[in-house]
Amino acid sequence: MKLHDRQLRDIYVDLLVEAAKKHPNLVIVEADLMKAAKTTSFAEVFPERTINVGVAEANMIGVAAGLSNMGKLPFTHTFTPFATRRCFDQVMLSVAYAQLNVKMVGSDPGIMATLNGGTHMSLEDVGIMRTIPTMTIFEPVDGVQLAGMFDQIIEHYGPVYIRLLRQEFPSIFRDGTTFTLGKAITIEEGTDVSIFATGIMVHEALEARKILAEEGISASVVNIHTVKPIDKEAIIAEAKKTGAVVTAENHNVINGLGSAVAEVLVENCPVVMERVGTLDHFGEVGKKDFLMEKFGLKAHNIVDAVHRVLERKGK
Amino acid sequence: MEKRAYLEQKAKEIRQETLRCIGSLGVGHIGGSLSIADVLAVLYFEKMNIDPQDPGLATRDRFVLSKGHGGPAVYATLAIKGYFERSLLLTLNQSNTNLPSHTDKNKTIGVDMTTGSLGQGFSAAVGMATAAQLDGSTLTVYAIIGDGESQEGQIWESAMFAGSRGLDTLIAFTDYNKLQIDGAVSDINDVAPLDKKWEAFNWHVQVIDGHDVLAISEAIDVAKEVKGKPSMIILNTIKGKGAYFCEGQAGSHNMPVSMEQVNEAIERLETK
Repeated sequence: MKLHDRQLRDIYVDLLVEAAKKHPNLVIVEADLMKAAKTTSFAEVFPERTINVGVAEANMIGVAAGLSNMGKLPFTHTFTPFATRRCFDQVMLSVAYAQLNVKMVGSDPGIMATLNGGTHMSLEDVGIMRTIPTMTIFEPVDGVQLAGMFDQIIEHYGPVYIRLLRQEFPSIFRDGTTFTLGKAITIEEGTDVSIFATGIMVHEALEARKILAEEGISASVVNIHTVKPIDKEAIIAEAKKTGAVVTAENHNVINGLGSAVAEVLVENCPVVMERVGTLDHFGEVGKKDFLMEKFGLKAHNIVDAVHRVLERKGK
Repeated sequence: MEKRAYLEQKAKEIRQETLRCIGSLGVGHIGGSLSIADVLAVLYFEKMNIDPQDPGLATRDRFVLSKGHGGPAVYATLAIKGYFERSLLLTLNQSNTNLPSHTDKNKTIGVDMTTGSLGQGFSAAVGMATAAQLDGSTLTVYAIIGDGESQEGQIWESAMFAGSRGLDTLIAFTDYNKLQIDGAVSDINDVAPLDKKWEAFNWHVQVIDGHDVLAISEAIDVAKEVKGKPSMIILNTIKGKGAYFCEGQAGSHNMPVSMEQVNEAIERLETK
């Protein structure tokens, strides 16, 4: 399967179709956004195994829970805000508390909702899902990572929230890179500061690393693709090595990756730390570049954060 | 024993064990438990294809109590059916119990779905019936919702989808006891006309006396013959039915109860 220069939604659907051939119990449950996720092409292959409940996200989760309760393996999909804040109680009780096995895909996370604007912009979805016991949260960076993790997501019994980018992004990982759900992956080594990044912010972190290198600062870039359960060992090891941490996420700095990393550090290895993300405000309409600049999600924001932590580290 | 007498005997036992169960704790959801005793008797002692010796049988019929607070009545039913010892009924809501207020499939043998947050169990029942439809299975998914619960939006999301999909693997009941926590359903947010609402959602609808075991039995037979539509059987019931101290009272939703009241109620049921 071609994993480069393609939209992630196309890769996702190809993975679904392949998995459905192996797993006769796999079904998809949709809420009138099949065209957005291109799962229409799954429906062409498996029309019987495509269940579209219409614009009714709470029922989508309830129906998926019921399907799982009868041995099916349902993948639900809607935009991230509707996959989380709209049906929080259903995800919490009908799926997680009931110990059912539903994979929940939310697309267009954070500022990637762009022209759909503030109503569709989830800067809290990771926080919402992180409060649910047994939940696994995975945010792929590119098609290679999504493909590399897909079988593990299926093999893992329990609720998984996949924070899915739909569009095309330049691949970061080479074909054949292996990933483990729950295990962070170091992309670049460094000695002065550790940058933990997820999703689209991995690109910014790598760009920031180049700028920092020109200043003589050595930064490691670690991708935390699984925000829950978080890889404590990797975070502690990095913090012990560099003594300074910056997190970068396409999400509110409250309750997301930054909070998760801070929780690990403060209890195990307190070091100076800065969080890059949106600063506790609502989303708004705009194109990606405008929003990333306005909300402080660019490489230069990470560079500034690194300067701040290194200044504090030096004291 | 003739069918009516047999099922009425089972309904009486369910009421008596439900009273003992809640009485052991001294407080509980008496009203909405006792109102569904008759339909539970018909389901578990006549209609459902189930085996207490093989509670996980894949082809068994399923039951979802979407109004999960009626748990004690389900526990009484399961104990009488032989899923577990009757003595377990006296552990309701005690520390580390397997019998919580609201039905939980991971805690209690014989419970098919975890419920309690109203509206959600019905949605799951629709999903379970969808699975049965996909598999071409002959099993039936039964569900009970409350009339107060019918104020939840998710009920109607699920109803619309089940009707649209023609889910004839699903037979649902509304426990129409006309009372909810804050008073009369008709005063608070009237769900009437329920029959017309369900018909409009493309369901096959029957309205019957929810305390007449033969009427319930016949309505299920009719529902099973319906093809291409899910079935709603609206049970006209009395909240707290069979407990002299709370019958027909909104306050019976969740109320304290003494062992004297419980014993008196059990005695009156016996001699009735």
